[in-house]
Amino acid sequence: MSEAAANQASESYLSSGWRIRDWLLTTDHKRVAWLYTISITAFFFLGGLAALVIRLELMTPDGDVVSADAYNQLFTIHGVVMVWFFLIPSIPNTLGNFLLPLMVGAKDLAFPKLNLISWYIYTVGGLFTIAAVITSGVDTGWTFYTPYSTQFADRAVVAALTGVFVVGFSSIATGINFIVTTHKMRAPGLTWFRLPLFVWANYATSLVMVLATPVLSATLILLILERMMGIGIFDPALGGDPILFQHLFWFYSHPAVYIMILPGMGVVSELITCFSRKTVFGYHGMALSILAISVFGFLVWGHHMFVSGQSLYAGLMFSLFSFFVALPSAIKTFNWTATLYKGKLIFSAVMIYALSFVGLFTIGGFTGIFLASLAVDVHVHDTYFVVAHFHYIMVGSMVTAYIGGLHFWWPKMTGRMYPELWAKVAALALFIGFNLTFFPQYLMGYAGMPRRYQTYPEDFQILHVMSSLGAGVLAIGYLLPLVYLLWSLRWGKRAPPNPWRAAGLEWRTDSPPPKHNFLEPQTVTGPPYDYDTIDNK
Amino acid sequence: MNDEVAPYLPEVEKGLHLIPTQATEHAGQVDHLYFALVGASAIILLMVVGLIAFFGFRYRAGNKTANRSNLPSTRTENRVEIAVLAAMLTVFMGFFAWATTLYLDGYRGPEPAMTIDVVGKQWMWKIQHPDGTREINALHVPVDEVIQLRVTSQDVIHSFFVPAFRIKRDVVPGTEKTAWFRATEPGEYRLFCAEYCGSFHSRMLGKVVVMDRGDYQAWLTRQGSGRTLATAGKQLFEAHGCSGCHMGKSSVRAPSLDGIYGRSVALQSGEVILADEAYIRDSILQPDKHVAAGYEPIMPSFAGQLTEEEILRIVAYIKSLQPGDWVKASVNGNEGESQ
Ligand code: HEC
Ligand code: HEM
Ligand SMILES: [Cu+2]
Ligand SMILES: [Cu+2]
Repeated sequence: MSEAAANQASESYLSSGWRIRDWLLTTDHKRVAWLYTISITAFFFLGGLAALVIRLELMTPDGDVVSADAYNQLFTIHGVVMVWFFLIPSIPNTLGNFLLPLMVGAKDLAFPKLNLISWYIYTVGGLFTIAAVITSGVDTGWTFYTPYSTQFADRAVVAALTGVFVVGFSSIATGINFIVTTHKMRAPGLTWFRLPLFVWANYATSLVMVLATPVLSATLILLILERMMGIGIFDPALGGDPILFQHLFWFYSHPAVYIMILPGMGVVSELITCFSRKTVFGYHGMALSILAISVFGFLVWGHHMFVSGQSLYAGLMFSLFSFFVALPSAIKTFNWTATLYKGKLIFSAVMIYALSFVGLFTIGGFTGIFLASLAVDVHVHDTYFVVAHFHYIMVGSMVTAYIGGLHFWWPKMTGRMYPELWAKVAALALFIGFNLTFFPQYLMGYAGMPRRYQTYPEDFQILHVMSSLGAGVLAIGYLLPLVYLLWSLRWGKRAPPNPWRAAGLEWRTDSPPPKHNFLEPQTVTGPPYDYDTIDNK
Repeated sequence: MNDEVAPYLPEVEKGLHLIPTQATEHAGQVDHLYFALVGASAIILLMVVGLIAFFGFRYRAGNKTANRSNLPSTRTENRVEIAVLAAMLTVFMGFFAWATTLYLDGYRGPEPAMTIDVVGKQWMWKIQHPDGTREINALHVPVDEVIQLRVTSQDVIHSFFVPAFRIKRDVVPGTEKTAWFRATEPGEYRLFCAEYCGSFHSRMLGKVVVMDRGDYQAWLTRQGSGRTLATAGKQLFEAHGCSGCHMGKSSVRAPSLDGIYGRSVALQSGEVILADEAYIRDSILQPDKHVAAGYEPIMPSFAGQLTEEEILRIVAYIKSLQPGDWVKASVNGNEGESQ
């Protein structure tokens, strides 16, 4: 190699190519990851804004901030944006996109162009949906239940559904890309049971995406057909069955909740091992639980319909499987805790995020057991108890894992360090704000407060006020990182290749990595998380 | 409809009630299960948090004296995992069996003493008792009787939710579902719509009034004499000239009143209001208060001209009218006749 060529090869992926088209037409997985990061951050704050108005409205029992219809549109925007345009793509498309090739020692994903296309599909579909929802006030909630969505919500439901349908293709594209990359592009010596758990988690997520998303797409098409052409599929007035819609919807959307949490589990496994300076407890058990969750995740959709009038015996089976799906999650929680045993624990900001995840996930998972318990679910279904349950998992756990992961790999992605003290403050604000916001919702749920209510009886007010105040603290926990991470891009200390002395191939290359990730081909000779060797070197 | 919480909910004691009133035996049983779940998860959560805190302190990087040798072998790890799995499975299956038994009880009730029809509709609950008595957003039932509800919907999916009974049943258009309960405490309990159903979902409220058997009978006769009251009301309706305007016998345009009870009425002011008893009463005594959209406010007030008794009768008559009654009557050439 000539010297010039060698220099060029070792240049970081960020150092040249700053024309607009170098970004918008890039096929470098690391740059596409940034495109995704920017899009999902914008969507996250949009969804968050809707949530703040909702919480403001709920400070008082009467409807005094927005109109009843505006309230319903707000929670629709919030749900649609957060689920489809933030949570589902969050970790896989940002951290996953950036890290998966690095972690398996590859130059890029298997299909770099498909990766870029998936971003376009996602962003265009997302903006289109938001435009439809905002301009014409779709108010069906993120669940689009029939017959309300097909017969009564006479607003741009078709446009919104089309947007969600289109975005589904980006999930499928990402899924295929990750599956092929994991199968075909691993470095020599990187056997399946030497893969970092982050790769396992993204791999399992991709399988679920590829298998479940088409069902959602088919359902949305049926809904559009019914709405536009009056073909009776779900509407009883036309001879259809409204419960069929719920079956199809949850057949996708329950696995989708695992699309949202599995990558977070992967992230947390990386963080905890690094800051405990030891290998994960029960590596095989961890990998197998990830697979078990994704398989059982397909068998529990009916637990969203225990009072809908589905057959009693179907209800029993769905309840039983829901208990089963919690078992691998319990094992994982136990193993993260046990990983601390005999470690050398460093309580960095990243570790605080990771441990917050474990605590919040335990609460969220255990209340899942409450909901799987049939007689209790009859009482708390469609109350704030359910709202609290899924926010503990999707926000308390998943978003926390995402932000923790962003901090952990920030030096790798940007070549800069962030201010540790501020990061600790933000991590604590997030933990406290989160619990203050959502714990009261469990209490009001059991007390009988239904969800999606703009107005409510006075006695719930005190809990609602606590929750709204907590949301303020939580907002600080999310805004702080936005500020200091951006700040660090310019003023942060330069990061060495491996600031945390972490295991994993991604840390063997420069921060930020060169265009083609590694200067030399990588080989792997041992298990992951070999912190003993690293620390005793 | 305005932005205040609709007036249909019963008053409850002020203050926070983390556990809603237990007004059925089933409610108490569900609470026991709930407490057991809370207990079990609190223990496990404390174990997880306790271990994190303990390990966190003991094995902090600064603590050089901690014994970190002899990490468990893979074999030990597997054994521990299997033990944890088995323990959790046992606990879970216990809860599964307990919760399922209760759930099946909740569906397969004993022989009901009576069956009451409940129809959900944007945004109200319409109730019909076995003897034909109708009410809106309120369900009167006797205490200590097995009551079966037959629920359905006229438009979208709603959900019939009475926290004090720990029951909830989706109300699905095109199908009829049943639910049952036996209330053990007289009183008034909240009724919510729990499934999102559009604009005024959070105003789709009501109450369940549980009464002593004697009171319930008295209530029924008061309502049920509905029928005789209505006949008397019909005569008054004609005698006081209501029919002149409302049944289109004169040149004045006035809204038709058959089926108005329980309908949502659009007002001149742009509001939409539910035509319940109070509304009909107001329309007679203070017609200017709510003027129906598309009509001139020409109806005279009858305050002072009708006694309280007479008003009750006229209201009963209007309540008894089903949609289309008047049209049918005039087709039969038998004006004003209703059953
Ligand atoms: C002079 C004609 C006239 C007479 C007599 C009259 N009404 Fe009316 N009524 C109207 C008109 C016009 C309206 C619609 C405007 C309004 O809401 O004030 C109305 C409205 C009503 C409404 C509300 C209907 C709705 O659609 O909201 C009720 C109930 C009613 N009248 C009952 C009665 C009764 C009972 C009597 C006899 C005691 C009576 N009216 C006598 C003209 C009349
Ligand atoms: C640990 C195992 C879990 C069990 C046993 C469980 C159980 C349940 C049950 C029974 C419901 C239905 C409640 C109802 O509507 O009445 C539910 C709702 C929900 N769960 Fe879970 N859950 C688990 C984990 C998760 C995870 C990991 C996520 C997400 C990442 C999640 C997200 C949700 C969501 C989004 C809803 C409600 C959606 C809606 O109605 O809008 N759950 N869960
Ligand atoms: Cu689910
Ligand atoms: Cu409703």
